[in-house]
Amino acid sequence: MDYFDSKDLKRFPEMGKFSKDLMKKFFDYYNSAVGEDGALSKREKALIALAVSHVKQCPYCIDAYTTECLESGADPEQMTEAIHVAASMEAGITLIHGIQMHNALERNGAL
Amino acid sequence: MSQVTVLKQRDIAQDRGDEAKYDFYKTLAQKNIDLAAQKIETLQINITKLCNQTCVHCHVDASPKRKEQMDLKSVERCLEILALNDSIKKLDITGGAPELNPHFDYLVTEARKLDKHVMARHNLTVTLDGNPATGESKEYLPEFYAENKVEVISSLPYYQEYFTDKQRGQGVFEKSIESILLLNAQGFGKEGTGLILNFVYNPVGAFLPASQQSLEADFKRELNKKYAIEFNNLFVITNMPINRFKQQLKKLDVYDDYMTKLVDAFNPSSAQGVMCRSLISVSHDGRIYDCDFNQMLEMDIVVDHEPMTIYNFDYQKLLSRKIMFGSHCFGCTAGSGSSCGGATA
Repeated sequence: MDYFDSKDLKRFPEMGKFSKDLMKKFFDYYNSAVGEDGALSKREKALIALAVSHVKQCPYCIDAYTTECLESGADPEQMTEAIHVAASMEAGITLIHGIQMHNALERNGAL
Repeated sequence: MSQVTVLKQRDIAQDRGDEAKYDFYKTLAQKNIDLAAQKIETLQINITKLCNQTCVHCHVDASPKRKEQMDLKSVERCLEILALNDSIKKLDITGGAPELNPHFDYLVTEARKLDKHVMARHNLTVTLDGNPATGESKEYLPEFYAENKVEVISSLPYYQEYFTDKQRGQGVFEKSIESILLLNAQGFGKEGTGLILNFVYNPVGAFLPASQQSLEADFKRELNKKYAIEFNNLFVITNMPINRFKQQLKKLDVYDDYMTKLVDAFNPSSAQGVMCRSLISVSHDGRIYDCDFNQMLEMDIVVDHEPMTIYNFDYQKLLSRKIMFGSHCFGCTAGSGSSCGGATA
């Protein structure tokens, strides 16, 4: 059995099998939030979604939002920069937790 | 049976399978759409398959190795058709690189004398590369285009080097920029000159183009900021799943994904505006087709059991013809539509 078969992405609506109304609400919300121009353009939203896809390490989303970025006019340079934003945020988030460590060191009388 | 024959038969069988699977006629019938021929406004001539470039998406399979050229007799006959038919206001000259036909300049100047609007599908780099077969210089082109008030329509897949060179070959972007600046120097793309310079964008791979409006704004902003380039409009075109691009899709094993995407994006409004309704396309050997894509697929217009050519040209019979469709037509009807003049919806 293969995990993360790219063809499974098209089966996403099957998640409505046991909760049709909830999935409809989800898709309506999702399509409005991500798939339409708003205060942010579709391209900006696609780049954000691509960055989130990498942080959450979702192969389906990486495939889908790579295409979505291209189809909204983004180029590989912009897409790579979006991933760097995500990667540097993750690094920063890890490092800022070091202050929590400093607090604990202090409580232990070690700082 | 030779190996080549076996391979050809396999390709034909595959193509038949693709046509049955992605049936454009069926879609039109299901949606109750009738795409009848309308009055002919544009005569498009594919004057040569010779080109100084070899682009990965090229539906003509043009390259420096191609030899096909329209001869002077056929050029004269096309001019006669233009002169005799008032409704045909526009001449759209394409190729290959059309300037590499030895009768190109004559065709342009004579069509202008007939007061026809002349458009040239100019690949930009030919001005600097010259003729790959003879070495003849083409540096006079910007001035020639300005003198004859030709609408210049040039492929520029992106406002950056990476996508442009990936599609059109290494060094093409830099050379294209140099050539555009020569056109700008003649007044092309500048307000008030009446000299029109339009660019054509088509995606670098198996994806649909972004909206024409948003891409045009990006192209204008970025090209002006970096190179002080000016132009009029950006035409956004979908890659047609035929010939070289179809082979690429098959090689990448994404042909069915691409076709499904096109079929799912079928837009009835875009369908109404397809160019084949008001254009005819002439091949280098004088045959007439519904469009340049049908020409490359050799889908002849047959009237009274004979292929229509410039020599048995009959305007009324062309008006009453049934346009020939195929699976590739989904490329023209997806999303905002696609034509030689960009989006159709």
